[in-house]
Amino acid sequence: MVEARREFILNAVIVLALFAVPLWALMAGEPFIISLATRVAILALAAVGLNIALGLGGMVSFGHALYFGIGGYCAGILAHHAFSGTPVAFGLSGTNQMLVIWAVAMALSGLVAAVVGALSLRTSGIFFIMITLAFAQMGFFFTLSWPAYGGEDGLPIFVRNQFPGVNTMRPWELFLLAFGVLLVALVVFAMLRASRFGAALMAIRQNPDRAAAVGISPFGVKLTAFVISGMLTGLAGAMMADLSRFTSPAMMAWTMSGELIVIIILGGVGRLCAPVLGAAILVGFETLFGGWTEHWQLWLGLVLLGVVLFARGGVIGLIAGREGHG
Amino acid sequence: MSTLLKLEGVQVFYGASQALFGVDLDLAEGEVLALMGRNGMGKTTTIHTLCRMLPMRYGKVWFAGQDISGWPSHRAARLGIGLVPEGRRCFPNLSVTENLIAAARPGHWTLARVQDFFPRLAERRDQSARTLSGGEQQMLAIGRALMTNPRLLVLDEATEGLAPTIRREIWAAIGALKGEGYSILLVDKALSEIKPLADRCAILARGEVVWTGPPAALDAEVEARHLGV
Repeated sequence: MVEARREFILNAVIVLALFAVPLWALMAGEPFIISLATRVAILALAAVGLNIALGLGGMVSFGHALYFGIGGYCAGILAHHAFSGTPVAFGLSGTNQMLVIWAVAMALSGLVAAVVGALSLRTSGIFFIMITLAFAQMGFFFTLSWPAYGGEDGLPIFVRNQFPGVNTMRPWELFLLAFGVLLVALVVFAMLRASRFGAALMAIRQNPDRAAAVGISPFGVKLTAFVISGMLTGLAGAMMADLSRFTSPAMMAWTMSGELIVIIILGGVGRLCAPVLGAAILVGFETLFGGWTEHWQLWLGLVLLGVVLFARGGVIGLIAGREGHG
Repeated sequence: MSTLLKLEGVQVFYGASQALFGVDLDLAEGEVLALMGRNGMGKTTTIHTLCRMLPMRYGKVWFAGQDISGWPSHRAARLGIGLVPEGRRCFPNLSVTENLIAAARPGHWTLARVQDFFPRLAERRDQSARTLSGGEQQMLAIGRALMTNPRLLVLDEATEGLAPTIRREIWAAIGALKGEGYSILLVDKALSEIKPLADRCAILARGEVVWTGPPAALDAEVEARHLGV
């Protein structure tokens, strides 16, 4: 109980800090820091998605960059056609409305996750990791050789897409939008974990045979979780494309899948706010050490090594105690 | 009374070695059947087979009028077979409440009713299952099976390795469920506790049912031949 309260306080501090830092940057006139915080929020959103599959369901997907990239290409392609006034396909026009783009991104990444999940969830362990990686690599090489949308050069978004009531060209307003979506995703994650579905998912992670013996269908529950997970990561991809105003095959690269896993391990697998803290650490290292040496990942690697060896519950587990959920 | 569960000529192999040599068993709606036998005679194998956790080579399992021989275990559980496995086997890292709601299916038994039935589970609701005592874990395992709202409760060695006072509590709980008309399949070695509870006994020896009858008919000779150590 003490640990649960401590984790609750820690979560509140993490979320408030993500809000306070860009607020301070707004007052101090540092738009670059606001954009960094927006990047943290969007990466965290992508990792919240992965945290459902990996943290609650124990499904080590090494291919979540696929959904991140699908989301990114949805934003890029729809905006591209809206900008040029040409139809996407079958006479359907593009759009620069984020709400529409998000819906398309989530639907499409959910659909792909359903197919990938249906095939890969028949395996487990290292085979599951490799199959999810293989699907993501297929997506990566497909976009690489897709000249209509820039191929390996990627696809720029000339004018940021729009959201009702928000001026998305202002860094602070775009941050608020990303932060709001992240909060909603965190609430969804918390509700999912507290629900019968979440309990069943965690039970399957601990012992699928035992779970089946009390009437839980391991395949069905895991597939559902995998689809929800892919949808959230896809949404994050669409938002990331809008933040950087650029979509490229790099969004689907295996290093992206790895980054999402690193974010969750740093924060603490299965913990509610692990994605936020992990993304903040990642972006922080990238910014602090990246300006100093291009080998900044060496330092991140050392931190990751420390976490894996000495703090199996991630940084959140280190502070709030290992007891808690999952 | 209609037949709820029926096993017909069930043969099960572990690799090349045969464990069940044609088990025939039936259980009527509302009946308490005790499955007995020495260690290694196939009691747990029989239970895992009827819960569809083990593949059969020959034979059929019928439950609630359906042939469930080829079903996966989660479908058998949803049809109403509620297993309380040997050694309790809760989900150790889930809280007591999470253990219970993970199994929940609509029906009479809800979280509140299970917590009423086992007040200890209400006291320990936020503790993770691995921190519970053996007796509390057993209550949790029974509670978890009840949450599936089963038509048949299958208890595999429900009181094994528990302190006498806890054993009495568990047996009282099973007695209360019998009083409510539940169909129960018991596997246990505790004869003195089974006898007042069971309507009928079946004895397994070397993978076959060798004796069935009311507990009163279990005389010293049968006990010595099939159950004595």
